[in-house]
Amino acid sequence: MTELENKKPTTLNKILSGLFVATILVGFLWLSIRSIGLELDFSTLLPYKQRLWQGFVMTIIISVGSLIVSLFIGSITAIGQNARILAISYLCKTYVQIIRGTPLLVQIYFFYYIIGTAWGIDNRYVAGILILSIFEGAYISEIVRGGLESIDHQQYEIAKAIGLTPIKTLQFVTLPILLSRILPALAGQFASIIKDSSLLSVIAVIELTQTIQEISADNFRMFENYIFVGLLYFILTFSVSMISGVLERRYNHEYRTNKYL
Amino acid sequence: MNIELINICKSFAGKLVLQDISFQEEVHSIAVIGPSGGGKSTLLRVIGGLLNPDSGEIKIDGIKIDFNEKALQLYRRNIGFVFQAKGLFEHLTGMENMMLPLIHSFGMNKYDAEKAGDDLLKRFGLSDEKNKYPYQLSGGQQQRIAIARAIAVKPKLLLLDEPTSALDPEYTAEVLDMLGELQNEGLKTIIVTHEMGFAKNACEKVMFLVNNQIIESGKSNEIFNAPKSPELMAFLNKILEWKV
Repeated sequence: MTELENKKPTTLNKILSGLFVATILVGFLWLSIRSIGLELDFSTLLPYKQRLWQGFVMTIIISVGSLIVSLFIGSITAIGQNARILAISYLCKTYVQIIRGTPLLVQIYFFYYIIGTAWGIDNRYVAGILILSIFEGAYISEIVRGGLESIDHQQYEIAKAIGLTPIKTLQFVTLPILLSRILPALAGQFASIIKDSSLLSVIAVIELTQTIQEISADNFRMFENYIFVGLLYFILTFSVSMISGVLERRYNHEYRTNKYL
Repeated sequence: MNIELINICKSFAGKLVLQDISFQEEVHSIAVIGPSGGGKSTLLRVIGGLLNPDSGEIKIDGIKIDFNEKALQLYRRNIGFVFQAKGLFEHLTGMENMMLPLIHSFGMNKYDAEKAGDDLLKRFGLSDEKNKYPYQLSGGQQQRIAIARAIAVKPKLLLLDEPTSALDPEYTAEVLDMLGELQNEGLKTIIVTHEMGFAKNACEKVMFLVNNQIIESGKSNEIFNAPKSPELMAFLNKILEWKV
């Protein structure tokens, strides 16, 4: 028992360790800034707060939109990869391989200037969400496929034995088990979507990164601008990881399934 | 209940597992015994409507089973099936496992399902376990809940696929006690088992399956006391060698 208690860090230990890490990080940053004689003045960003806010909101809109569309693409292609019709299976596997095997930047140019132009997708926000969804969908496809494969086949056999229809099996067996398994990975992917959305600035989607580029061209305060924008991205991804922690605890085994019954 | 199997054949990837199985008996309780790989579990799954045979027919009380998926779904609702292990939904508590088939296969309302589940769990001394998840339960408790779930829907027939093979001897006894009690109440059962004591004493009839065929079947005391086929004699000698 005492051994167990010893392994749990005390509050004092936690506070001291936290302070230690913070000191090292801040100290390192401060030393670096000092050694190149940089003087940071974040008040230079104040006149742009309206535009920054709009960019921030646009990043959220694009990320959430892409999350929804990529979940859809990812789920369909995950199932498609194991389709009995070989052509469908090949199509889905090819999609996953090519998308995961090429840089997002290349895909943005390719889809926007060639495919988008050819098929008349003019709205760069719609195009941006679609391109990002196609990219992230390939990763989500693999997450979903892995999750589906990890479910013990016997769970389906039980469902069959008690006379559940395939749709009810999906609703009460497959989805709840799948969700609890892939939630952490999905949350990580959502954080990636938020960061990856910054690349959409190359097709002039006015999200956070594009906003800061425009502001930089105006005030020439690169360092303040990019440090600040990095902080904004971190606030977004950190919130996602906090929310996912809460969801994980709720969905992991102990979660109440009463609402399904 | 009259069960009739007519020339059932089943193979997996070219390997024959059941070869022309024919059998007709008035079933009260049957134990299916035989060496591993003999086709016992496959036969049980075919009878339970979980696997379609490649050819052959099954008649229950003279009514032929239709092997199309829609008809099978209805058929399965009247048959209880208990697996060797891990027979509970892993994401549901004991109670929720009991309620799921009652509500979603039988359309019972939540209140009645909860009451039915509660009564059965209480009866088998599992009330303390009702809010636990399978990973928090012992193998014996899991198995007893699985049996309770299977009988909650009042099946015409209960099928059990080696329900005690994955259990410690102590848990085996508690599961077999529960089964014996249910059989005495008139529940029709077919059990695939390696527990020869249970097959001999608690089951009315025995079917001996070896090399994909039924070699011998009949009343259990006759089968165990006077085996006719050399295969069964050899099998019984082998497994009884180390019995106390």
